[in-house]
Formats: sequence, structure tokens, C-alpha cells
Amino acid sequence: MSEARKHILGAVRRSLKREQPTAEERRHLEARLADPQAGLIPARGRRPHGEQLDLMEEMLVELSATVARLPGEEAVPQAVSDYLKGENLPPKLRLAPRDDLRGLPWDSQPLLEVAEGIAEEPDSTSLTGAFAGIAETGTLMMASGPEAPITLNFLPENHIVVLRASQVVGAYEEAWTQLRRRFGAGVLPRAVNMITGPSRTGDIEQTIQLGAHGPRRLHVLLIEDGPGAAADETQTPAAGNGQAD
Amino acid sequence: MQSTSPAFKENARSALADQQLQKALQNVKSGFIGKRAKARARLPEFDDLRDAARDIKNHTLANLDFYLERYEEKVQASGGTVHWAVTAEDARAAILQICRDAEAKVVTKGKSMISEEIALNAHLEEAGLDVVETDLGEYIIQLRKEAPSHIIAPAVHLTKDQVEADFRHHHTDLPDERPLSEPTQLVAEARQMLRQRYLDADVGITGANFLVAETGTSIIVTNEGNGDLTQTLPKVHIVIASLEKVVPNLEDATTILRVLARSATGQEFSAYTTFSTGPRRPEDPDGPEQYHVILLDNGRSQMLGSEFEEMLRCIRCGACMNHCPVYHAVGGHAYGWVYPGPMGAVLTPSLIGVDEGGQLPNASTFCGRCEAVCPMRIPLPKMMRHWREREFERHLSPKAVRFGLGLWAFFARRPALYHRILGLKMRALARLGRARGRFDALPFAGGWTKYRDFPAPQGKTFQQLWAERQGAEKQNGGPGR
Ligand code: SF4
Repeated sequence: MSEARKHILGAVRRSLKREQPTAEERRHLEARLADPQAGLIPARGRRPHGEQLDLMEEMLVELSATVARLPGEEAVPQAVSDYLKGENLPPKLRLAPRDDLRGLPWDSQPLLEVAEGIAEEPDSTSLTGAFAGIAETGTLMMASGPEAPITLNFLPENHIVVLRASQVVGAYEEAWTQLRRRFGAGVLPRAVNMITGPSRTGDIEQTIQLGAHGPRRLHVLLIEDGPGAAADETQTPAAGNGQAD
Repeated sequence: MQSTSPAFKENARSALADQQLQKALQNVKSGFIGKRAKARARLPEFDDLRDAARDIKNHTLANLDFYLERYEEKVQASGGTVHWAVTAEDARAAILQICRDAEAKVVTKGKSMISEEIALNAHLEEAGLDVVETDLGEYIIQLRKEAPSHIIAPAVHLTKDQVEADFRHHHTDLPDERPLSEPTQLVAEARQMLRQRYLDADVGITGANFLVAETGTSIIVTNEGNGDLTQTLPKVHIVIASLEKVVPNLEDATTILRVLARSATGQEFSAYTTFSTGPRRPEDPDGPEQYHVILLDNGRSQMLGSEFEEMLRCIRCGACMNHCPVYHAVGGHAYGWVYPGPMGAVLTPSLIGVDEGGQLPNASTFCGRCEAVCPMRIPLPKMMRHWREREFERHLSPKAVRFGLGLWAFFARRPALYHRILGLKMRALARLGRARGRFDALPFAGGWTKYRDFPAPQGKTFQQLWAERQGAEKQNGGPGR
């Protein structure tokens, strides 16, 4: 293995006509890595927060996702029941193992069967949080961890996401900054999933079909908890008081 | 994969005569072009982002040694392993070894062009593994034992009736009388068939659109969600990626991602953009226990610093083939190897040699549309010209081309003779074709008249008309008045 490594790096360096970057070049490269700069952010991603919420919703709807705005988290169980009934789906839910979701008034929905954990066949619907919502393309960012199993995002046919308005940012770059704050510079969890609408395919004659392998339906419960872009602290083991530092 | 690129001409001829294929290829023209144009129109910064994306890749390639080393360090720091592979053979061997160590029986795969490049499936199957493609398009062509005909839409050469027939032929456990003529039904059936395979798999293999040096991350960009199930459910995740996929940091990846989906499918962003870093952590409830990256050279280090270096900026979006009149006419299989269209015409001779791929740079009308739409601003026509020059120097040009060029040179040096002969020929054709106004066959022009009629000349050559027109303009006081 190290032979191949030597061979390849040697060939690359011969093509670049250098042995190593010079000390000066190396300083420059290290500095570029140590202090990542946002590139060109489209104007669309730089609107004021209030407009970002509308953009987020608009983009999600365009992607064939659905959105319900809720005044507070306690309204989630009712909204979930209503959604499942409306879509004619089984009243069963696989919940991401998070205190805030667990603590919701599920008792108010006696017909709803709620279980926690990773997704397994044949779970039909999952309910998760998100790390951030990115308005420029209606993208949800999930950061994996004990409270955010990856399978919940992909295995069930229906995915419901609780997104707080304060988690919505304009551009991807803002989400990267928050991820670095959470996990440390140069460190990411096993999976960061950017989800932009339900699963789709164009492989049959270029006609768009939803629900190829991932969720057929994506439903976002947008909790209007006031302004301020705070990352979701509960998705990591270091879960704290809900404030990004 | 054995290349049939030297037979491009014959391949193209049979592609043009294949009516199913011609029907399916309509979807390329009608779908991709309009969608990209719309996405571009919606983002005023689009063309500036293309410049930024180009600059990021140029910077990375100029410091590829540094970024590759840093990338490897970061993968190791997050608990993963990098396997460097000089050749396709090295890559195949490394993957098989990982599968053996995991005592794998079933291997699922997300879409990966590198996997096609190294002909991975055949190798794993020979070793007794059950290899399952999970991207719908790849699944279909795996059933048909075909190669992809497009880098992002592998089954674009097929109609839905053909897919229905394949599913009926292969999914014999399902009832014969089930309805299956609609795309929705076909997609649902594939979903149902593959579900259990994801869960059965011991190893999941994906490609990578980018590698991030800052974090040791691999990125896949998909729409179906198959790639995520493939890399999350089995206990081992293997990523196959070539050297030039690396970018410095997450912001750099983001800038390029902003032009990728828009150029490829006209989407604002693909449904799933997934950043994978190492295996699952001890406290994680799911995800793979092992994470391996096969880092493949296979000729790229030689392209670096050569006149083909800019090709290493390619992000495999497919826009160049979506806008290529030659691709529209013959589809991807005619190109005879893994990468079709303009990017394939440049890349194929670089990767498998000019003896094998040298025909492909001729498969161009030099209309320049590929370069005009390439998000990474790769000068594809210029590089095809480089290959043509090299090929000519090596005297690999087909005899007919050299004869034709020689003949042309003879007349070019004798313009009077050329005009006299052409004038005679055109007058003769005009007399012959007067009745119908067109010819459906002409001697020495079978390649033209097989697929379109040649209009009967109206009696005068272009040069004669031009001379007359110039004369008339002089009489009227010339142009511009
Ligand atoms: S050459 Fe350009 S247009 Fe063609 S696939 Fe590569 S990046 Fe896309």
C-alpha cells in the first residue's frame, strides 16, 4: 500500500515539477485550510431571516415536500396525527431518540403508536429533528449521532422533520460555520445529510418519479420559535442548552 | 470493460439505425437542455460561480500532492483507511480483499463511474460475490448486462417498454398479470425488489463526487436515496474515488455543488448530498463499522501538467453530452467505453490510450456547445483538437481521412480547377434532381443521404452566387449604405 502511495505522490510531484511545496507555499496552503472562507454566496441566500423562512417553505413546496407551520412544539403530536390521517398512512411513528421529541405530549394522541430508535423494515414513518434548514434551496441538514440515526432519514417511506424557525439559515456556508462550532474545526460526524425534497428518479424516460428508494413523502413541521439562527444542540452527544456557542 | 471505441464509426452507424434508441434519445434533447437553461436563468450568479468553481479546481490541482496527503491524514484521524491504487487492477484487488476480510457474500453498490472504469462488477462476481446495483438506471442495465450509456442517466438509451419487458423477464416471482406499463409502477417494483438486498448486504460500495481535505470526507450527490441505504446498512462502506476528486474545504465543495446539480439535471440541488466521514462512532446507533477509500490514479497523475490537465476539473455532470449533437444522434454506447460524449472523447484516449480511444476525438462537429455549457469551463473542443493532432502525428488517422485531406489539398492549391469541377457537378445534380427537388441517395455521400435527403442544387455554386452578389452590391453602391 505504501508503495502505491509513494508511486502516486511521486508521479503527481513529477507532473507538478516540484518535490514539495516551498515553505512559503505551505504556509499559504495551511492558512487557507485553517480559515475557510465563504465563496460567492448567491443573493438569494443573504436575505433577512424573516424572508428566509418564506423562501425555505417556498422551495420545499416546489420540491414536492409539504410544510405545516406550528406555533410551538407542543402542537407536534396533533400535527403528526393529522398528517398521517390526511395521507391515509398507518398511525405508527419511529421517533429519533431525543429528549425534546420524547417529551412531547404524545398521550394526547392515543391512536398513534410511537416507538424510538433506528429505522427498521417495515417502519412506515419516521420523525426526526434537523441540524439546520438552508433556505437557498429548501435543504434540510442532518448531522448523525446518538440522537440522530441515519436510517431514519432514508429507510421509511415517509419522513416528518421538526424544524425550528431559529434553525433556518440562508446559505450552506452558515450551516458549515455552525457545524464547525459544534464538532470542532476539521471534524465531522459520520454522516452529514443534506436532504432536498423527497427521493426521486428520472431513470425511466426522464420522467420524475418520487420515492425511488428513500422517502416518498417529506413533511416539515416548521415551529415558529422566533428569530435567531441557533443550531440544534440536541443532535450530538455534547447536547447542551440549545444555544450554539 | 473491453473497449469498442476503435469501432466508433460502425457503432455509430448501427446506433443511427436503431429505432428504439433513437426514440429514447429524444428524451435527452427534450429534457436536460431546457431544465439546465431554466436553472441557470433562476440564479443570476450562475456564470460567476462557474468561474469560481474553475479557480478552486485549478488551485487544488496545482497543489494536489499537498491536498491528497492532508486528505489521507484526515480520513485516518476519523477512523477510516485510504488504499492508494496505481491501476484499475490494484483497485479491484484492494476491494476484493476488503470484501474477503469481511466474509462478504452480498455487495450492494451505488452509482459509480469509477467502478465502471475499473470493471469492478465482473471481478467481484468471478470471485463468487453477489453484486447488486441499486441505482434504478444501473439496476436496469445490470439486468440487461449492458454498460451505462450516460454518466448520470445510465439507462437513458432505453424506453419504458424495454424496461417493462426486462422486469417481466427477470422478476419471475411476481404475478404475470400485474400492471407495469407506467413509470410509477416500474419504480415501485424496483424499490420492492431491492429493499431486502440492502438489508442482506455485507459491504456497500459507492463512488464520490468530491473528497474534502479539511475533514477527510467523501461526498455523494444522488436523488434516489439508494446510495445512502447502500453506505449505511452494511457493516463495511467502501468508497471508490479518483485522485482529482479532492477539494480543500467544505466551502470549496459548496461552491462547486452550486453548479453541479443545475448543470446536470437542472435541479437547484440534488435530493441527497451526503458527506461521509469515517465509520460510525462508538456512540452511534447505526452506520457502517468500517470505512475504506480506494484512491485511484489510473493515468490521472500523467494528465496533470499535460495539455489535458484541465480535463481533471471535470465533475461528471453530463452537461457536455446533453448538449452534444453527436451524442444526441448516436447515444453513449457508440463511444465504446465508459465515458461518452465530449468529456469521453477527451478522457478515453487519456485513460486507455490513443490506440483504443483515438477515434473518439473525431466524433465532434466542433460546434462548441459542450464548452459553452461546461460548469467547470473545460475547453473540450481544444483538447479534442490536441488529440486529433497527436493522432495524426502518430499516423493513426484512417486511410480515408488522409486520402480525403490529400485530395482536398490538391484542389485547394488549384482553385480554378476546383470551381470548374464543382460547377459541373452541381449542374449535373441540378438536372438530375429537378423532378423531386432532393436526392435520397448519392454516390460517395451515402453517410449523408442515409439519414437525410440531399437537396438538389439550384444550379449555381456558393462561389458563383457570392460573386454575383458582390457584383450586384457594387452596382448598388456596396453594403453598409
Ligand atoms: S466536461 Fe464539463 S460538462 Fe462535461 S461532464 Fe465534465 S464538468 Fe460536466
